[in-house]
Amino acid sequence: MANLKDLKNRISSVKNTRKITKAMQMVAAAKLRRAQEAAENARPYAEQFNGVMGQLASSVGDSPTAPLLLRGTGQEQTYLLVVMTAEKGLCGGFNTNIAKKASARIRQLVSEGKTVKIITVGKKGRAVLRRTYGDMLIDHVDMTDVKRVGYGDAQGIAKNVLDRFDGGEFDVAYIYYGEFENVMTQIPTEQQIIPATFDRPEGDSAAGNTLFDYEPSEEAILADLLPRGVATQIFAALLENGASEQGARMSAMDSATRNADDMVENLNREYNRTRQAVITNELIEIISGAEAL
Amino acid sequence: MADMMQFDLVSPERRIASYKASAVKLPGAEGDLTAMANHAPLITTLRPGVLHVEGEQGTDEYVVTGGFAQITPEGISVLAEESYHRDEMSQEILDRMIDEVAEKQRKSIEASHNQPGPTDDAAKLLSDMMAMGSHIGLSPKQPNL
Repeated sequence: MANLKDLKNRISSVKNTRKITKAMQMVAAAKLRRAQEAAENARPYAEQFNGVMGQLASSVGDSPTAPLLLRGTGQEQTYLLVVMTAEKGLCGGFNTNIAKKASARIRQLVSEGKTVKIITVGKKGRAVLRRTYGDMLIDHVDMTDVKRVGYGDAQGIAKNVLDRFDGGEFDVAYIYYGEFENVMTQIPTEQQIIPATFDRPEGDSAAGNTLFDYEPSEEAILADLLPRGVATQIFAALLENGASEQGARMSAMDSATRNADDMVENLNREYNRTRQAVITNELIEIISGAEAL
Repeated sequence: MADMMQFDLVSPERRIASYKASAVKLPGAEGDLTAMANHAPLITTLRPGVLHVEGEQGTDEYVVTGGFAQITPEGISVLAEESYHRDEMSQEILDRMIDEVAEKQRKSIEASHNQPGPTDDAAKLLSDMMAMGSHIGLSPKQPNL
């Protein structure tokens, strides 16, 4: 039988753990609100940007003079996967799910005989992917020091990716991140960023059939905007990821707190039962001692 | 009273302004232009400069560091790379912007071995930035090239 002192120690240690998980949950909740706000604020730009890009893309179309970023290199041999995860763990299956989604794609591409290169953002995803695909990792972006994701961070990653594209290192690029659905659900998402895909405007929408003048030329604008589009998409993904991470952590810590509650309750019951047994034992000893006289 | 149109100014991180305006003066890539309601549809890139917006409550000025604008007869959306209301603009922000551009120029000189195209572009960017600084009454510091 566990002795009383040990039980008491266990109870207090579980209670301490519960305090920590509770605190982490509350911190995550506060951070989640901020992350969601940031994602919300970034939405108007992304929407308008995609609107304009869609228009440009459909008017330039697949003409052979269209920039490579839009048209693609004409091959699909080398793939670049940018896998974005969190810098910290303790957020449920968040990091693993994103890595899993990416791994599934890697396996498929490898079986098709394609070359795969990986850039990781956030060290948790790197840790998972390094085990199996260590030789494919070509770069890692450290976000440990980034308190609030800014557009500059996205631009940095985008520049890294674009430089490699200009250097002919890959043909197609995907990004992986967790899309924020709600606190309970984060959907690991795959998105193609190179060649660029934009929603072409509907034929009947007001903007869809307006003929725009372009200053400077259409191609020059497109060449200017496409790299920015990559940065914008990465920025949106980073923000989604930030919100998802906090959401995942919040629900993970919530269930950890609840588990700790259950554990304290069970341990308390056991403690009381043991105490009772000890008292009964002592009484029996006293009574049987008195009877023996 | 002139016709009003919708004016939106957004940067990647936030929406900066959204209201009705009668005229907007933009620093277009190929020269300044003023757009009023029922302007012909136009998409133009921007150079660093100042946006003048004539709204119902008088004129507002915004600093932009580049980006592009979409003008339709109904309104105008400016998608700036980075943008501040004139009142938010400070010497520190300007210094940082100029540093960034000067850095870019240094790099492009290195990368392109002083070929005219990219180097000129970078130099133009820098001079636009400094002109913008003096326009709003801040003293652009001289980058040490």
